[in-house]
Amino acid sequence: MLEVTGLRVAYGGIQAVRGITFHVRQGEMVALIGANGAGKTSTLKALSRLLNAAGGSIRYCGKEISALPAHQLICEGIALVPEGRGVFPRMSIVENLLMGAYTRHDKEGISTDREHVFSLFPRLKERAQQLAGTLSGGEQQMLAIGRALMSRPKLLLLDEPSMGLAPLMTQRIFEVIRTVANEGMTVLLVEQNAKLALEVSQRGYVMESGEITLTDEAANLLANPRVREAYLGE
Amino acid sequence: MDIFIQQIINGLVLGSIYALVALGYTMVYGIMGLINFAHGEVVMIGAMVALTVIKLLANSGLPVFVIILLALAAAAVVCMAVGFSIERIAYRPLRNAPKLAPLITAIGVSIVLQNLAMLIWGRNYHAFPPILPTSAHDVFGATITTLQVAIVLIAALMMAGLIVLIHRTRLGRAMRATSENPSIAQLMGVNINQIISITFIIGSALAAVAGLMVSANYSIAHYYMGFMLGLKAFTAAVLGGIGNIAGAVLGGILLGLIESLGAGYIGDLTGGFLGSHYQDIFAFFVLICVLIFRPSGLVGEKVSERA
Repeated sequence: MLEVTGLRVAYGGIQAVRGITFHVRQGEMVALIGANGAGKTSTLKALSRLLNAAGGSIRYCGKEISALPAHQLICEGIALVPEGRGVFPRMSIVENLLMGAYTRHDKEGISTDREHVFSLFPRLKERAQQLAGTLSGGEQQMLAIGRALMSRPKLLLLDEPSMGLAPLMTQRIFEVIRTVANEGMTVLLVEQNAKLALEVSQRGYVMESGEITLTDEAANLLANPRVREAYLGE
Repeated sequence: MDIFIQQIINGLVLGSIYALVALGYTMVYGIMGLINFAHGEVVMIGAMVALTVIKLLANSGLPVFVIILLALAAAAVVCMAVGFSIERIAYRPLRNAPKLAPLITAIGVSIVLQNLAMLIWGRNYHAFPPILPTSAHDVFGATITTLQVAIVLIAALMMAGLIVLIHRTRLGRAMRATSENPSIAQLMGVNINQIISITFIIGSALAAVAGLMVSANYSIAHYYMGFMLGLKAFTAAVLGGIGNIAGAVLGGILLGLIESLGAGYIGDLTGGFLGSHYQDIFAFFVLICVLIFRPSGLVGEKVSERA
């Protein structure tokens, strides 16, 4: 479904991503793990067209998307849950969700999906009219995921969904991510929390200093001594 | 007492016009953090175009209402085209430049438009043809003309329409989203170039209406009129809290009242030393006070960056 070949991302003269190659198959959840500054977020930003790739190709469903304007990506079926959540703080929860469905015009479908999001995150339903800026970090993360789902994406890109959240909240967020994946969503998950990410994914890529250094089935990576030492704190 | 009421009425009329123009400043600032100093010239162009059409049709035998409507339509179309072009030609290439560059460009655009208007319409003052009804109504000893009533009502209607547009429609949501976080708005599928263009077009349409109102209210139009009017409206936007729609409305009306009451009483207050032609000092006195004591404006939020 998603095929990235030789992707490079640079800020000025500094190369954050140095020619990485990976792929995500339809219906799969793939984790991209690595330490802070390894280039994970830069990779996602290039995928979601917020940054221009300095080289390489990004093919999605057989189509080259590395030159597409950012606002057209969602029409292709790709939704990003950005690092730091990126909810619109001065809009209500409902309005944030409607922004997720901005490119859609089927009113009934939109309200069905809104109810679906509310069933995944009952907390959001209770606070539907509240401004997003007044929510806790965990609630904002729920909203950011819900908003991404409102576009009915085929591919969901998640950037550090556990960042800054209490362990209990992280668990609940990951339960929902698992539920969404079980419903058939294709997911690319970028996470610093390698253990959590690998536990919910089928495959994983390990990124270090802008390069992919290791790839395997998630279970194998979890058992890999190198990964255990570097990322699982053992 | 009747002077007081008269000045309140005049202030409301003036304030409604300031508010319409201030909305143009505040909308553009809200979306792209830019003070569009050329906005006053758009108002001037609206006044000039409307006046030209009215002069052409004044003796055509058409009903006054139709003439005004045609003038307004012509002014709106021209202003919308001018506003759209300003953004495309002058601001878009500087989207990622340091803040100072578009600000200086805005002043440049303002000078270009003024000189263009001088070439087209000349240096002379243009009198508004006396086609409007001059009937006056008595209110508590003060008078209010039909024109003044129309100005206040139309301005109120347009502002209400704008607020509904921004808070109740899909386009309005996209505008607010772009204003809050342009890159995330893009991820939602919002074409922010399009939204910015639309913002300029809406602001310019309001400016066209304001232009017609000013020239009708003072019975005069001039190629240089946009400069002072623009500064006043900018002051109104800052007074309300720039970037805030309700603030622009409030700031506009307040500034109109302050100016009008100030002009009415400055003679008495200074024992005749200063006359009502010193009216302009009030606006700038207000601007200085706001900038010193409450830079975020009356309803503006404190600008703070969240980590």
